[in-house]
Amino acid sequence: MLDVRARHRFADFELDASFATSGGITVLFGASGSGKSTIANLVAGLLRPQEGRVVLGGRVLCDRQNNIWVPPHRRRIGYVFQDARLLPHLTVRKNLTYGRWFSKAPNDPKEFAHVVDLVGLNSLLERRPAHLSGGEKQRVAIGRALLCEPELIIADEPLAALDQARKAEILPYFERLRDAIDTPMLYVSHSSSEVSRLASTVVALSEGRVLQQGHPASVFGNPAVLPMGPRGAGSVLEVVVSKQHSDGLTELSAGGQRLFVPHTPQAVGARVSVRIAAHDVILARKLPEEISALNILPGLVTQIHMGEGPGAMVAIESPAGRFLARVTQRSVHRLDLVPGAKCFAIIKSVAIAPRDIH
Amino acid sequence: MQNLLSPMEWQAVLLSIKVAFWATLTMTPLALLTAYALVRWEFPGKSILNGLAHLPLILPPVVTGYMLLLLFGTQGLVGGWLQDIGIVLAFRWTGAALAAGVMAFPLMVRALRLSLEAIDIRLEQAAATLGASPVWIFVTVTLPLMIPGVLTGTILAFAKALGEFGATITFAANIPGQTQTIPSAIYALLQVPGQEAVAARLVVISVCLALTALFLSEALARRARKRLEGI
Repeated sequence: MLDVRARHRFADFELDASFATSGGITVLFGASGSGKSTIANLVAGLLRPQEGRVVLGGRVLCDRQNNIWVPPHRRRIGYVFQDARLLPHLTVRKNLTYGRWFSKAPNDPKEFAHVVDLVGLNSLLERRPAHLSGGEKQRVAIGRALLCEPELIIADEPLAALDQARKAEILPYFERLRDAIDTPMLYVSHSSSEVSRLASTVVALSEGRVLQQGHPASVFGNPAVLPMGPRGAGSVLEVVVSKQHSDGLTELSAGGQRLFVPHTPQAVGARVSVRIAAHDVILARKLPEEISALNILPGLVTQIHMGEGPGAMVAIESPAGRFLARVTQRSVHRLDLVPGAKCFAIIKSVAIAPRDIH
Repeated sequence: MQNLLSPMEWQAVLLSIKVAFWATLTMTPLALLTAYALVRWEFPGKSILNGLAHLPLILPPVVTGYMLLLLFGTQGLVGGWLQDIGIVLAFRWTGAALAAGVMAFPLMVRALRLSLEAIDIRLEQAAATLGASPVWIFVTVTLPLMIPGVLTGTILAFAKALGEFGATITFAANIPGQTQTIPSAIYALLQVPGQEAVAARLVVISVCLALTALFLSEALARRARKRLEGI
């Protein structure tokens, strides 16, 4: 679908990245300064790479070797910027239809109504951007990008400028988009919870290079991929809600293993993903007894990545899936943890917050 | 009004407005292009263009008038060629408009430049991703956002053109009814003993015209800014 290969040197930073995606939501994931936004800009045509090639759905947008360059206004890529960038002199309605005017698409009132519904802007159409909240602005930006009938939507950290409450307001719109519209999306983010909720593919970046690309579970299960540093590390388990208990716990089933988490509203039978932060996992060599933690998963150590400080990242393969545990190097030596070693992973139920479950 | 002013004064007032109006109108697109080039384009000779645009502001007006005469006089480089196609500027009201326009040009460029520099280029990028070509971006984003600056610039230029004296009298002379604007009429009146009262009337009129233009521009620019900020 989208095929990017680019090299670009700035004064203090060099991007050298290549990846290919196949529809759905691809999340470019990495710390600030890892080159995510640079990639977004060169896909959109706002930056001309010194070397490289960008192909979207078979259409060559940029090829430095063969001197091909499609300017941004002919790329048909809807861009949702971090700061919305609505045109201040136009009403919400005119902002929304701005792109349609140039795409020469027939003015389809049904399509307009559909998108306005999707982003919930019915009551705000005649307002000007100065009178919108941050969340409302971002919804206009999403609607505006959709209405120019793009072949790809780029969203560059669309939630980063919003507070927690507004983030929770906007994220569902992207989920709806993913489910309701089959336009592929390139979503730039440094938040692993956004990744686990949205991504069908993750491209993990660090210092201008692609570390790994793949399914979120496999990317986050790799102890060497820590674009956000060890504190932000975590893994994602794909599970099924199996029972709602009367004491306020929800029971999940993951590959035959039971997992207890604080109550989550999803119905029994629903497939959800649970994000488990690496520093919330305790490792033991023997099955612990009389312990308060409710979740004990048996597993095998597959990989150990020693950090530069006292910490180590241990990847565990269990029937429930792959996940990461962050422990000290001292513990690694004391427990004699080596690839292939049997162990038990202990996860406190209360360490899993409702926002980790989607 | 008619009996308040003599026909000669009345002519001077109307001519001044006509000259300033056409000077402003014809110089606006040129100033817009110059400001755009100075802010947005990189090209060799940019500092020379910047210097040329500011020249009328720093040269003695008489020198500017003389240079216009050399260029646009009937014997001049451009003037001779213009005469062949039937356009004569020197010693005509059109020449007065040219002189006033050239003198007002730097002021207008400066105002437009400021407003152009204040525009967030990222908005133009957003318009580009929505399918707007560079020309459409200019028409639908850049220009509307520049409106307060355009208003300030044109009114400033109009006021300057209204009061221009040195270059106008050098290039277009001081012919009553043809090239005699308010300032040259005041100058002529002050040369004759006993005409101070008449001159004073023209002085009051010119102060009123300039102030009206200034207040108008302030009010319009304020309204445009409010519209942009959506208040």
